[in-house]
Amino acid sequence: MIDLVALVLLGVGALFFLAGTVGILRLPDVFSRLHALTKADNLGLGFIVVGLILQASSWVVVIKLLVIWALVLAASTTACHLVARTALHQGLEPWEKS
Amino acid sequence: MTHLLLAFDILLAASLVLLAWRLLAARDLFRGIVLFITFGVLMAICWVRLRAPDLALVEVAIGAGLTGALFLHTLSQLEGSGEAGSNDGRRPEQGRSRQALAWRGAVGVATLVLLLLLGWSIASLPRESMGVGPLVFENLEASGVKNPVTAALLNFRALDTMLEVVVLLVAMIGAWSLQVRQIEPLARAPGLLLERFTHWIVPVFVVVAGYLLWAGADATGGAFQAGAVLAAAGVLWILTHGRLSDPRHRKLWRVCFTLGIFVFVAVGFYSLAVGLAFLEYPRAWAKPLILLIETASTITIAATLIGLFAGSQRGLEGELAPMGEDFGEEVS
Repeated sequence: MIDLVALVLLGVGALFFLAGTVGILRLPDVFSRLHALTKADNLGLGFIVVGLILQASSWVVVIKLLVIWALVLAASTTACHLVARTALHQGLEPWEKS
Repeated sequence: MTHLLLAFDILLAASLVLLAWRLLAARDLFRGIVLFITFGVLMAICWVRLRAPDLALVEVAIGAGLTGALFLHTLSQLEGSGEAGSNDGRRPEQGRSRQALAWRGAVGVATLVLLLLLGWSIASLPRESMGVGPLVFENLEASGVKNPVTAALLNFRALDTMLEVVVLLVAMIGAWSLQVRQIEPLARAPGLLLERFTHWIVPVFVVVAGYLLWAGADATGGAFQAGAVLAAAGVLWILTHGRLSDPRHRKLWRVCFTLGIFVFVAVGFYSLAVGLAFLEYPRAWAKPLILLIETASTITIAATLIGLFAGSQRGLEGELAPMGEDFGEEVS
């Protein structure tokens, strides 16, 4: 049962990554691509971490997985902000449906 | 399951080749660097698949992370000085002149010969040999540590490792002696988020480096991994604060640059003095001596990598970097 739940969670996580990748390739401008990318990072990795936690053999592993998630969250948020900020400074206009 | 893993491995190997080709063929240098970093990360996954987590850590920290940062830094300076020749889409040698073609042909032939030689040397390896692996495990007990990689690096072939640290330092001295011209000021202040993030993450880096150093005796980790993580913290600091050091601390930095080498050599002479070979540790002292060397090497590796990134003493001290109110009072 736990294995099944873990499988579903990992699958959902993988879906988020897939959607994020499609988003990077298909969305029209930097800002919306960033949006897609960070969703994949945050939620996709979150689902995968929770899925892996269900399979973890000890508490140490659980804590390590959570720390990894927290680090990625902080790093990707900062990186996303930097890219968006640089793009704005360079005068990139957010895309609008014409 | 094995089939799935095999499919994954094939996919991984194929993407490596594809990435290598794309990054060599990339006309835009920035794109090339990004592909290079991706290549490093995939390479690290390869090392994991080959069950070499120590190498994977080094690859991702130095191969992808620090080298990537060095490349990006260099590119930004090239662009600042207007010498990023190929960034407008065309490399100088891209021309169809006869000379360029001849060069390409020569390089192609040389590469082919090298490839054949390498292939031949691999084909002529003995099929049944297990390499030196069994030898390492047989003598693991005597090495003082439980991680076979650390045993090989810091005990069985400690001389190689010592010279590797020296090579790093020589590379840094080479870079410093080039005296790069005036660094173009960064366009902007790092921003509140990045600054806060740096203040929050640097202590984490230090803890992780300490953990890697300590874990190296029994598990994956060691001086190079710990040094690379520390160096990453230093690079981040330079990028966000424009400087890491102060003219008052020059002596301290010199000590850091050479500490690992001095400790290595001192331990070597100590082992000579007690009647053993150079860097052959007395058994009872093997573990403490290895830990001592690794600690000193971590500091030296980190300092040297940071020095490489900074490019010069003044790069470390931020005299060339952007001054101005954006960077806070301490840099005025």
